[in-house]
This record gives sequence, C-alpha cells and structure tokens, in this order.
Amino acid sequence: MSATLTKSAPTPGAGGGTPGRGAAVRGALGGALRSREIAVAVVLLVVVAVATVRNDSFLLSADGWRDLLLTPSILLLLAAGQMMVIVTRSVDLSVGSTMALTAYLTGRLFIDVPGIPIIVVVLAGVALGAVLGLVNGVLVAYGQVPALVITLGTMYVYRGIMLTWAGSDRINAGDMPSGFLALGTKQVLTIPLLTIVAVAVVAVVGYYLHTARSGRELYAIGSDPDAAKLYGLKVPTRVLTAFVLCGALAGLAGVVHAARYGTVSSGVGNGIELQAVGAAVIGGVAIFGGSGTVWGAAIGAVLLVTINRALPILGIPDFWQRAVVGALILGAVVLDRVLALRQSRKYDEEREG
Amino acid sequence: MKFHSKRATTLVALTLAASAALTACGGDDGGSGGGGGDDATITFLPKNLGNPYFDASSTGGQNAVDAFGGSFEEVGPTEATPDAQVPFINTAAQQGVGALVISANDPTALGDALEEARDAGVKVVTFDSDVDAEYRDVFINQASAEGIAKAQVDLVAEQIGGEGEVAILSAAANATNQNAWIDLMEEELAASYPDIELVETVYGDDDDQTSFDKTAALLQTHPNLKGIISPTTVGIAAAARYLSTSDFKGQVALTGLGTPDQMRPFIEDGTVTAFALWNPEELGYLAAYAAHALIDGDITGEEGDTFEAGDLGEYTVGENGEVILGEPTVFNADNIDDFSF
Amino acid sequence: MSASTPTKTPLTKRPAGGGDGTARTYASYARPAWQRLLLTRETAIIALLVVVLVWANVNVPNFDGPLTVYYLFLDLMPILLIALPMTLIIITGEIDLSVASTVALTSAFTGVLFTDAGFSFPVAALAAIAIGAVCGAFNGFLVGYVGLPSLAVTIGTLALYRGIAVGLLGTEAKTGFPDEWADRVTDRIGETSYPQGLVVFLVLAVVFALLLHFSSFGRGVFEIGLNDEAARFSGVDVARTKLVLFMLAGAVSGLAGVYYTLRFDLSRGDSATGMELQVIAAVLLGGVSIFGGRGALHGVIAGVLLIGVIASAMRLEGQTQNVTNIVTGVLLIASVIIPRLLSWASGRLPRRTRGDT
Repeated sequence: MSATLTKSAPTPGAGGGTPGRGAAVRGALGGALRSREIAVAVVLLVVVAVATVRNDSFLLSADGWRDLLLTPSILLLLAAGQMMVIVTRSVDLSVGSTMALTAYLTGRLFIDVPGIPIIVVVLAGVALGAVLGLVNGVLVAYGQVPALVITLGTMYVYRGIMLTWAGSDRINAGDMPSGFLALGTKQVLTIPLLTIVAVAVVAVVGYYLHTARSGRELYAIGSDPDAAKLYGLKVPTRVLTAFVLCGALAGLAGVVHAARYGTVSSGVGNGIELQAVGAAVIGGVAIFGGSGTVWGAAIGAVLLVTINRALPILGIPDFWQRAVVGALILGAVVLDRVLALRQSRKYDEEREG
Repeated sequence: MKFHSKRATTLVALTLAASAALTACGGDDGGSGGGGGDDATITFLPKNLGNPYFDASSTGGQNAVDAFGGSFEEVGPTEATPDAQVPFINTAAQQGVGALVISANDPTALGDALEEARDAGVKVVTFDSDVDAEYRDVFINQASAEGIAKAQVDLVAEQIGGEGEVAILSAAANATNQNAWIDLMEEELAASYPDIELVETVYGDDDDQTSFDKTAALLQTHPNLKGIISPTTVGIAAAARYLSTSDFKGQVALTGLGTPDQMRPFIEDGTVTAFALWNPEELGYLAAYAAHALIDGDITGEEGDTFEAGDLGEYTVGENGEVILGEPTVFNADNIDDFSF
Repeated sequence: MSASTPTKTPLTKRPAGGGDGTARTYASYARPAWQRLLLTRETAIIALLVVVLVWANVNVPNFDGPLTVYYLFLDLMPILLIALPMTLIIITGEIDLSVASTVALTSAFTGVLFTDAGFSFPVAALAAIAIGAVCGAFNGFLVGYVGLPSLAVTIGTLALYRGIAVGLLGTEAKTGFPDEWADRVTDRIGETSYPQGLVVFLVLAVVFALLLHFSSFGRGVFEIGLNDEAARFSGVDVARTKLVLFMLAGAVSGLAGVYYTLRFDLSRGDSATGMELQVIAAVLLGGVSIFGGRGALHGVIAGVLLIGVIASAMRLEGQTQNVTNIVTGVLLIASVIIPRLLSWASGRLPRRTRGDT
C-alpha cells in the first residue's frame, strides 16, 4: 500500500508517465489555470474587454478608468473582512449596519468637531467598527452560538441604533470638509487613492493570513474546529480576532463611503453584507471554511461591482444585475462542489492504485 | 433538579429581559411626538424621511399647526415605496387623528388603506404627489403640472442651445408627480423642441447613492449626452455632486428641481447654471391649513370651496379637489443667495 | 450524557415539545407529563406574548381599538405563512434565505401574467404559486441531491430570484388587481376584527402541525436535524425530504406573494425586502434550535405574533421602526444566548456544535 502511495506522486495536469519538462510546464499551467483566483480574474478581464469594445469610454476615458477602480473599493474592504470570518466557518451579516454607523459617525464628527484632522476621523471609524465586531466576536466565540443568528440580531440592532441616532437627518456633502471629499476622487498617478488604500489593506490581510501563525490558524479552525481545539489552538481568541478585524474593515468601509458619496442617508449599506459574502464565495472562499484566499475575495468583489457597471453598456437593463450576481454565486458554489468531488474521486483512485 | 429551575429560569429571564427592553422603550419618548391622536392632530406622511425637501415642507406644516393651535406629527418610511407607507396610514387610522397629510409614492396602491382611514374619520389631504381623487379629500399641488414641466424643458433647452440628446433622472418609477411631469415634458419637447431627443429615463428612487450611480451610468452609456433633467431634489443633488468631479462638468447641462441650499455650491462652481422649484415650506404650510379647514368642516373639497391659509391668504379649491400654490421660481447665480431652504 | 436508566419508552417516540438544545435524553421522561409539556421554551414565548399583550392593552393608547388586531394580522400574514415551512427547514439544520425573493418573484409573475398577459386572476395566481414551488425545488435539489450547503445556495438564489423579479418589472409596479379577490383576503370575518385571509393560514397551520408532529415524515425531519447520517441509516430519504421541504417553502412563499399582491394592490420587484430575516428571527425566537433537531409550531406562531405585537405597539406609541428593529434584534440574540448562559452556569454545556454557521 504505502509503496504505491509514494510512487504515484500526483502531478497536476500530467496524464501519467515520466514527468518531463513539457509535463512540468503543463503542470504549472494547469495549476495556475485551476487556480480559482486566476479564473475569476480572467472573467473580470473578459467583462471589461467586452464592455470596452461596446463603448470605449468604459475603460479608456479618464472618468471610466477612475470609476472602474474606485467604485469597488468599498466592497473590497468588506469582502476582505468577510473572508476572514468565513474561513473560520462563521459569517458576519452585520457589516452593512456597521458601515452605516461609521459613515454616520464620520459625518457627525466633521459637523460637531470643526477642524478635526481627517486621520482622527478615519481612526475613529475603524475603532467603532472594531468595537462592533468585538461584540459579535464575543457572542460567537465565547457564547458558542451560531454566527448566523448573532450577526442577524446585531444587524438589526446596529441599524436601529444608527437610525435612532441619525433620526431623519442626513449628512450632506456640504457638512464635510472639502479636503475629505477630495480624497474621494483624488488620484495618484491616475489610480484613485481610495483604491490604493483598499488594495493595501487587502495585501496586509493576505500577508497576515499567509505568513502569520495566527492567520494560518484561522484556516485550521475552519477546516475542523474540533481538531483545532484538540490540537491546542486558542479557538475562541482566533475567532474573536477574525470578527474584530472584519468589523474594523467594515468601519473603514464606512469612512470610505462617506468620502466617495458625500452623503450619508439611512439606507447606507443595506444589503451589502450579502454582496460581501457573495464576493468571497465567487472568489473561491469555501462557505464551510478552511480554504480560500483574500485575493480571490478581492477579485470577486471587483467582478461583482464591474458587472453591475458594465450591464447598462451591454444593453442589459441593470435591473438584471442581481440575477446575474445570483447566478454567479450559484455557479461558483456548484463548481466548488464538482471540483471537490472530482478531487476526492481522484484521491480515491490513486489510493487504490 | 437542575432541569426544573433551568426551564423556569429561562422563562423568567426571557420575560424580564423583554420587559426591561420594553419599559426602556416605553419610558423614553423618542420618535416623533409620542403617539395618541385626537381630532386636533395633523400627521404628515412624506414619501420618505431624511429628504431635505420634505424636511422643509414639514417645517412649514409645523409652523401652520402652531399658528392655529393644533398638534403636529411627522411619520414616514426610510424608502420611498408605497408598501412602506401603508403601515403609517394604518397607524393614523388606529389613532383616529384629525387629518393625514401625505405625499404619495403611488397613485392607487394606497387606496385601500386611505379608505379605511377615511372610514375611521380621518381627513386625507395629499400634497406634492397625489393619489387618485376618490381616495382623498383635497390635493395641494405646488404648481400646475404643465407649468412645472415647461419650466424644466425651457431651462434645459436654453442651456444646450435647442438641440441635442437629453436624459431624465427621476425619482421612483411609480411616483405620481414625477410621472405626470415626465409625460408633459415629453409632450412639450415634441411640440416645441423637435431637435432635442430624449434618450433615456432612469430612476434614482429618491435614494442618494442610487441617483449618484445612475448618473455615472448615464454619462457613460450616452457619450453624446448634452443635458440631464432631474425633477427631484434628491436626484439633482446627487447628479450635481457626481458631475462636479467628472470630466463632463461644463459639457453636460444639469437642471431640474432642486433646493437652493443643496445646489448653492454647484451654482458657484459652475456645474449647474439654473434650476427651478417652489417653496416647500409654503407647500407644507398650505397643506396643514387645508387639513385644518377640513377638520373644522369649513370646506369639504368641493370645487369652489375657499379657506384661509394664514399668512398666505385665501385659497380656492379648483377642479378635482386640487389647490394650486403658485408658480415655480427659477434659481440661478443671481438670486440663489436670497433664499435659504 | 445521562446516568439514569432508560425507561420503557420506545426508541422512535419523540416528545412533543421537550428538550432545550441538548440531545434528547431519557431523563426527560423522568418528569411528570405536565412539566414535560409546559416547562418548555415554547411556553416561555407564549407567556411572554401574553405579558406583552396585557401590557400593551393597558399602556399603549389606541391598542385596544378594533383596528389593531385587524392590521396586526394583515401585516403578519406573509410572515405567519412562511414561518410554517421555515420551521421544518430549520429543524433539519438547513436554512432558506431566498423566501422573500420568492415572494417578490411570484408577486411579479402574478402582476405580469394578470396585467400584461391577460390571464384571469386565479390562473395567474396559481401559476405564480407553481413558479414558487419550482424555485423551492431548485433550492431543494441543490441542497438535497447535490449536497451543497444551504446557506450558500440560498444566498445565491436570494439574489437570483430577486434579480428576476426586478428584471421583469424594472422599478415599475403593476397595480389594478381585481377588488373582489383583494376583498376576499382583506375583508373581515363577519363582525370580528379578523381578516378572512386568516382562515387560509389556520388551515395551513393545522396541516403543518400534523405533518411535523404527528407523521413519520415529521419524525424524519427531526431525525435529519439531529444527525443526517443516522437518519439515512434509519431509513429516512434525506435528499427527498429536503427537496420536499424546500418545495413547500417555495410554494408557501408563492402563496404569500399572491397575498402580498392582493393586500397592497401592488406588484413590485423589491417587495418584501428583508422579510426572510424577520421570518428566521421569529422562528428562532419561537424556540426552534438553529442547530436543528428541536422545535415546535406553537412556539413559532407565538414568536411571530410577539414580534408583530411589539411592532404594532411601538408604532402606536409613536416610536419609529428602528426601535422595533433594535428590540427584535435584542430578543433574537437573547433567545439564543440565555439558554447557553444558563447551561454554562449549571455546568451542563451541550457538546454538540455544528460549526458556527
């Protein structure tokens, strides 16, 4: 038995036989092509290409280029945070409400504390998001109650708090300093500042998950919580950290929203939590936890937003956007399942020689 | 055994927790005035809350109610949809308020709820956006629909030189008033400006972010667009904000119905040249007085009825129970600093 | 888990309302029947409902008017209807987030078929309900036969069905449905304050109660909730059961969609947004465990009514919707946290965790 196991080292893409240079290249290509992230990125490029062919101002005009990069920045942050929580086999449905609260806080700070430095406001938003995430995390990690229920409840509660605090006031663009609003469209070498921030955050999260021990432990916890506990990992602390980070990123997303859109009304972030989960799922993050990369979630987020913006250009009334998103999510989940089945069948075959 | 006490404790704990929550809520008098209506209460129900236009009209309503000594309440949903307005109409009926002053999100969907309210003795006044005449007593219209449509069409035609492509950024797809104006605008364009082509009408649902994104999509989809008309204050504010950071600023004319306070920065930076509106405070003020007259029995909504409206003078009910406030005002760089609402 | 010897209770018998999140043990039968039946989470919710009703009647102005009950049931009807199949789905350990989108989709189809295609209303409504069942069957197929996690699938179909509904109608709404049908649903029963549509709900409630608590199908539902594999080995067709449950959810959502259309005389693509969460909140409040394996319909109905009564009382007090949302959220969190706290306090924390989703 063991002899067969060591002999047949699986070369992805190679049909069998002696591995030569051609097979190695094919192997690497196959591995890359099989990579979910690359596949989603390819789909994204195809969408952009088709839209640009139809109307080249989609990509090739200053506005188009800027909007293409800028509009997904909010969902990027949310998807990155959501992805960390999903990897630990949880979910956070309260991010939309968190975003609304911090966006409103941003406006309120600017109105009530004239001359407050922008960086303080950003930090305040992130801090508030982290606190809200902490509440979720404590209840989920230590209460051992399903995250779905808890975050469902906090979604209601946080939104209710925001509405009560705001009353029927809105924050208008005139209330915020023009320097802050300018951040919303400022570009560095034609790349919008907010996008740079979002991508930087995603990179940091990716690095953390890939290299830091506590980051990698998140994957372990998601793959098999019982085994992780037996192994001695501090499961509640890690899960708590994931929720705090998710909340912090949602807080940052709220500040970004205020900068980008300039007004904060009561409907901010309504329904965006499911988009964040969808983006992660499309990007290859398994809903049952344990696998997926933040890059996949990020590309998934960009794809979702870009499809929304490309539909009117392709002549499809953007009313159909949600249907397209739904079909994509279903397709991603089915694809994951089919691939997993094939993989386990392949392992079975190899095991049987 | 632990079992018994655990169950019992669950029972008690849940009850206590909920009672605590309820007492907390019952104690603090949040919301908009603490429930309980009687004949002197006038409840304002705008299309949605958080809309500066309706904030102004409610201020006017409050002023009127204070003047004639009634009690004022404002309620409303956060999204501008008809099914979100129905529960508030129901509540007004349950409370038996004197009158309900409503700007409707749909001409017929609210009919059943309004009939129930009228059966319960509540007078129904519509303002800004009407329902079918059979469901209400009086409609306070800000200006004649033809006047509003013509003003906007003339403004955009003037700004684009009489020819080119235009688009409309409206509110909700079923909104009575916007749809009435859009129909008349299309007629006016066909009649007076045959060289102007209306390429698309998009709906921003009176939501700021949606209107913002829809403006971006419009500009992208129609590269030859010369003008945008937005007959809703939320839409024009969002469109102006997008336009002012876009390459199209100055190339695409933006006009429609906007409040001076929201549009002032965009007049100053040149994104918008001129737009129109009336005074929503006066509209709310007049609506409240009409409601008061209905409650007192001074008028019944018949054509020819007259009533006093405080500082605004005397008004006569016209055809179909409609009362017209006046003519729309055009705002531009010359006069925008004279107004503050 | 339990040290007591099993009594003569046969293996297949399930107590009607027992358990509190722990696996059912034979120790349950060591208590007298009245305690088994009454000291349950369902009774706690029913008691809470009574307390709130009494408090509201006394303290909230106009609550005791005749319109209150009428509007209460009119508003709650879709949630009451959908809570019935949702209870069964959650008892099997799955979840269905797409119900509100199915409501919108069937409402949209009713509108399109009636207004645009000119079918008579009953035909349009029946076709729409059938479409709802198809939507549910699609969910059920993916969850039961392909084996996908229901959270992911129903998040996808939530977007897909809502997307089709909005795609069909745009943001325009269809109105103008026949009054006689609307009246059949919203008119009062005789002189009482109950709308006639309530009869439909009561019939369905009885059917579902029989299905869940008094049939072998229902026992299968509980068993799947406790352990998929064990249920399969004891002869329950797990895949088919799940398929049937999701189809029922889809069909009942379709019915709720038709009701919604008639009640508001409106067919819109964005109707009933967020309703799925209200249904789930009510079901969980009613004592159904999110882990599956326990729950009862009377608790769920009480849960729905509780949320409705609180919302109604708040509105009459002049509180805005947000306060109601806060209270609903807090109740929901409390209803899952408090039993855990108590278990922890008495040192009997249950072993079962099905992950955190």
